[in-house]
Amino acid sequence: MRHCLTPLDFTTQELDQLFDLAADIEKNPGKYSHACDGKKIATLFYEPSTRTRLSFEAAMMNLGGKALGFAGADQSSAAKGESVADTIRVVSCFADIAAIRHNKEGAAYVASRFSGIPVINAGDGGHEHPTQTLLDMMTIRQLKGRLNHFTIGICGDLKFGRTVHSLVKTLARYDDIHFVFISPPELRVPDYITDLLDEKGYTYEECIKLEDVITKLDLLYMTRVQRERFFNEEDYIRLKDFYVLNKKLMRRAKNDMYVLHPLPRVNEISVEIDKDPRAAYFRQVQYGVYVRMALILTLLDIHVD
Amino acid sequence: MLNVGKIENGIVLDHIEAGKAMLIYHYLHLDREDYQVAIIKNARSNDMGRKDILKVECDPDTISLDAVALIEPNTTVNIIKGGVIVEKKKMDMPKEVFGVLKCHNPRCISSIEQELPHIFFLADPKRKIYRCRYCEEKYSAGEREKWFR
Repeated sequence: MRHCLTPLDFTTQELDQLFDLAADIEKNPGKYSHACDGKKIATLFYEPSTRTRLSFEAAMMNLGGKALGFAGADQSSAAKGESVADTIRVVSCFADIAAIRHNKEGAAYVASRFSGIPVINAGDGGHEHPTQTLLDMMTIRQLKGRLNHFTIGICGDLKFGRTVHSLVKTLARYDDIHFVFISPPELRVPDYITDLLDEKGYTYEECIKLEDVITKLDLLYMTRVQRERFFNEEDYIRLKDFYVLNKKLMRRAKNDMYVLHPLPRVNEISVEIDKDPRAAYFRQVQYGVYVRMALILTLLDIHVD
Repeated sequence: MLNVGKIENGIVLDHIEAGKAMLIYHYLHLDREDYQVAIIKNARSNDMGRKDILKVECDPDTISLDAVALIEPNTTVNIIKGGVIVEKKKMDMPKEVFGVLKCHNPRCISSIEQELPHIFFLADPKRKIYRCRYCEEKYSAGEREKWFR
């Protein structure tokens, strides 16, 4: 039985197959509309989420299956003190596959160890968010036509931003990628990420000001400063508007520098650039459904001819 | 000359850097067991000048030596059965250590999940870096007291 806990659970070859499948689903949705008839996905969301949970449920419904689950720890037996291990054992009796989001890091890994069904990590604290990475990668592939040979700027909360950690680790398997980490000193990318880049021989730089580096970027990945990761409200307030990407900054960027964002956005991308053809963040959401459909089919080992 | 008797069954940890035997005693939790233990400090050594030795009379299979590898990887481990050395080995860095290090990341699932073992894996053998299996928090040897359970 296969799980998806980090994007590294898949080889680059398998990722290519997954993205090919997702692209085929985009072109021929009708072909897949009954692929999961009679199957159920359990969405176990201990943390609030709009996009990810609905995207998983939409993905399963698009495949002909059904969805069940909860959207908040207070709606589950976790409120009574039930462990993740016990919850997944129980859910394994109800569903064919589970997507779990938890505020504690490693929760999906724990679930996978006790589960009778494939587990998808839908975000575990500040650690990993692999399906976001898969859709980020697919967006890059569709827009740039490749997953190598570019300079990517990653801006915002690089300390707690789990999408960032997953994305960097996954990109660090493709050729000739230069990383530019842009963050306030308090939200720097963790050392285990830079250790990994050092070990694999990737080049990277760290800086504070987006305006200093925007001209050299081929892609810009913006992130939100996440209130829920701070223990101290004062720190959050001080850092939340550190970056605001606006028209003035975008004028200095390359004509094909696409802007990605895992959403939800707060103030870090001004709405005035939503109509800029380089703004790719809403397209990411659509790709997310296709990628999750492809992932469900892959983990359930369902093949559609 | 100090004489310490032979043991019938157990382990002898030799070539411990002088001064570290008590640390190993502590982190092997030998204070919680009723084994016969001999701690020899500052023994003369041709190779090391001075060294510590730890002898424990016990069933050798009941002691996890992962802590030894983390604290003092140059230690020689002698396994004694029936009064003879049946195995003599240097400690390799274990690929995984169970229940030795405790993750201190408050966001780690191990901070709340019932009876979840604390597991660290060898993430970088060259630099001897261990990380929490759940959240990837890095174990820092410089803050040993904080990390050992």
